[in-house]
Amino acid sequence: MKGISIEFPGVKALSNVDINIESGNIHALVGANGAGKSTLMKIMAGAYNHYTGSIFLNGNEVAIRSPRDAKNLGIEIVYQEVDTALVPYLSVAENIMLNVLVNKMGRQVFVHWPKIHQAARQILKRLNIQIDTNEIVQNLKLAQKQMVLIARAIAEDCRFLILDEPTAPLSNTETVELFRLLKDLADNHNVGIIFISHRLPEIFEICKDITIMKDGQVVTRQSVADLSVAKVVEFMLGQKLSEVFPKRKANIGDTLFEVAHLTEKEGSVKDVSLYVRAGEIVGVTGLVGAGKTELCKTIFGSLKTKSGDIKIKGIKRTINSPFSAVSQGLALVPEERRKEGVLVEEPVFSNLSAATLAKFSTPLGFIKSLLEKLNARNMITELSIKTPNENQKVAYLSGGNQQKVAVGKWLNADADVFIFDEPTKGVDVGAKHDIFELIGRLAVAGKGVIYATCEFTEILGITDRAYVMYDGQIAKELETANTDEEKLLFYSTGGK
Amino acid sequence: MALSSNVQQDKVRIQTVLMNFVTKWGTILAIVGLLLFFSISMPDIFMTPSNITTILRSISIVTVIAIGITISLTINGFDLSIGSMATFADTLVISMFVWHSMPTVPAILVTLVVAMVVGAFNAFLIVKVKIPDMLVTLASLFIFEGVAMTYAGGGSISQGMPRLDGTPTFGIIPDIFKTIGTAPTIIIIMLVVVALAHVFLTYTKYGRYLYVVGGNMEAARLSGIPVDRYRALAYLLSALLAAVGGIILASRIGSAQINAGAGYLMPSVAAAFIGLSVAGAGRPNAIGTFAGAVLVGILENGLVMMSVPYYSLNIIKGSVLVLALALTYFRKK
Repeated sequence: MKGISIEFPGVKALSNVDINIESGNIHALVGANGAGKSTLMKIMAGAYNHYTGSIFLNGNEVAIRSPRDAKNLGIEIVYQEVDTALVPYLSVAENIMLNVLVNKMGRQVFVHWPKIHQAARQILKRLNIQIDTNEIVQNLKLAQKQMVLIARAIAEDCRFLILDEPTAPLSNTETVELFRLLKDLADNHNVGIIFISHRLPEIFEICKDITIMKDGQVVTRQSVADLSVAKVVEFMLGQKLSEVFPKRKANIGDTLFEVAHLTEKEGSVKDVSLYVRAGEIVGVTGLVGAGKTELCKTIFGSLKTKSGDIKIKGIKRTINSPFSAVSQGLALVPEERRKEGVLVEEPVFSNLSAATLAKFSTPLGFIKSLLEKLNARNMITELSIKTPNENQKVAYLSGGNQQKVAVGKWLNADADVFIFDEPTKGVDVGAKHDIFELIGRLAVAGKGVIYATCEFTEILGITDRAYVMYDGQIAKELETANTDEEKLLFYSTGGK
Repeated sequence: MALSSNVQQDKVRIQTVLMNFVTKWGTILAIVGLLLFFSISMPDIFMTPSNITTILRSISIVTVIAIGITISLTINGFDLSIGSMATFADTLVISMFVWHSMPTVPAILVTLVVAMVVGAFNAFLIVKVKIPDMLVTLASLFIFEGVAMTYAGGGSISQGMPRLDGTPTFGIIPDIFKTIGTAPTIIIIMLVVVALAHVFLTYTKYGRYLYVVGGNMEAARLSGIPVDRYRALAYLLSALLAAVGGIILASRIGSAQINAGAGYLMPSVAAAFIGLSVAGAGRPNAIGTFAGAVLVGILENGLVMMSVPYYSLNIIKGSVLVLALALTYFRKK
């Protein structure tokens, strides 16, 4: 691709980008959030038709103006937001074979279901994934949905495969599986793979070349072997990153929040007891599917509790809905920010006040809009949210900045306990640093923080104490100072 | 090469700007255009004070009911049952006068309270039983209509008319009630409803919560907003406004007629959807809905004056709705 530029209302998303990808090669594309990676890939997949510049395939200029053009050229993309690409109420087999069902039916009227299921099963077998092809997609977990999408891409005659943050929802074993498959595709089937990821160690594990983007432009293209993680981060940020995890002096006070023998109605959380003290960051970790998200949601009243007690500042309380959780001083930054955290169609300022609107209104309920916008402007500076102004729709912000908005809406709440569920998922290094700093500040201000993540380095980096979950239960409680990744992994995988 | 790509880029940009302009100001342009067109083709009769009053009077009921739809749209819901609710309120309020000889204020209050209870039925089914709004209100459209007809004994109710079992009626419809449906009262009621709805939706936190719930229900819930409560509120308000529309209708026609409110569903939906895009709001809003109602009203009035037969008007009204929907959905991808 040569000289690619594209503009959106008010933003020049890409300017004069050159990139070349070889078949049979895994090519990494990295950059901070908002650098233009996803946009570039969407152009390659035909999602936009108003770009300028030229695209060459095997030396011939080709036009990619629609998803169909891209498909005809053998370019397949697996998007980051998996739910947008799947039909939730169709079966796994139908989703995998969707393109075949749509485009390859020819004059055939009746669907040969056994054949479809068999073909789907074969693809899944090639990918070494165990999912029943009769299962309805909406019942799948995020990681499984991702697998279905990759399977669908493979089902086609695929020459170039674009993966946008494919490993974000995957567990370690699933990631290993995925890499095995990618290597196989590249080596034995001559597929060119473009791999977008924020997890730099992965890139060093499987990619040969790397293109680094920053602010809509290509900074460098090199062989991965000539680089180090630190060097890549430097290119991404345009400056040296001294420390991802900010230092913080823990000043731990009394117990703020206590959960005893909490069990969720469907059994995704079983007999969990934990406590958080003022000024303390408590990690909750475990593999994907261990029940971290469910635990956060049960505490927050979003999932139904079957049994268990919750004590806030030593007083027994009932939390049966997020509404009651918020009014009793809890705040939750949920895992899936676009689905649960932000209002993408609303401007930044109303997102930032969504949880605390009462503070910006008169007793009769009239909004003091000047105060609301002033607050938004302060918040934008304080959290360094990248946006032209507070009236911008959140949909136009990059992932990391959307996450800052999702966090920012709670900062004015008089909450005592903040629950963060995977706040750094799909967030670049720079924004990660900002978010860690913010969480550190909350703790210094005497709040209690519950920090759920499957990234062990983050647990070690910012928490004071950590709980390891396995199969919906707490397997182990650890002092962060006395633990390491090996121990965390040991308990996460069911070690005793 | 560079030149041609620039030209193409410019073309795309001009198209976008033009498209934005049309979506934003199309309704206003259409209103102005129609006014000009009708004024020029019917110079003596269209642009007269009495005809302007006629137009405003004729859109009053549509506007009030459309504001109700607008509120149900803010939470990303939809209330199909408003036409039947208007019929129901019409029947109820007239029966209060004719059958029970009630004075004006209690009759109206009883009607509004009963309408809210019936609206709570919709809200319960949508929010608690979790049936999709469109389907529930399609069902309740029939239920309300049937209840109104059964209550009225399968026919109309008007002053002096004996009940179905032959009991004579002595109640009269008070004159003060009849003034509600005449200009200027009816127009003032409409403007007050629009203004109140505008203030409620734009300047209060409750209005903001409605939009937040409509924008992303899960995010709203996890922000600690009592989502069910606000969704129920939206359906209650929509029922209430439909009932207000029905009461005005009763005052205007002075009787309870079978299915009197049914005809208001379509123009109200059209007004609310036209209103979505007015002035680039991009969301349901009271002022836009009012503009939408004005557009529909002018169109209807002008066409009647140009002797387009009433039975053909639905074609035009339906087409206007399609156009409004096209403007709303075409650019959403």
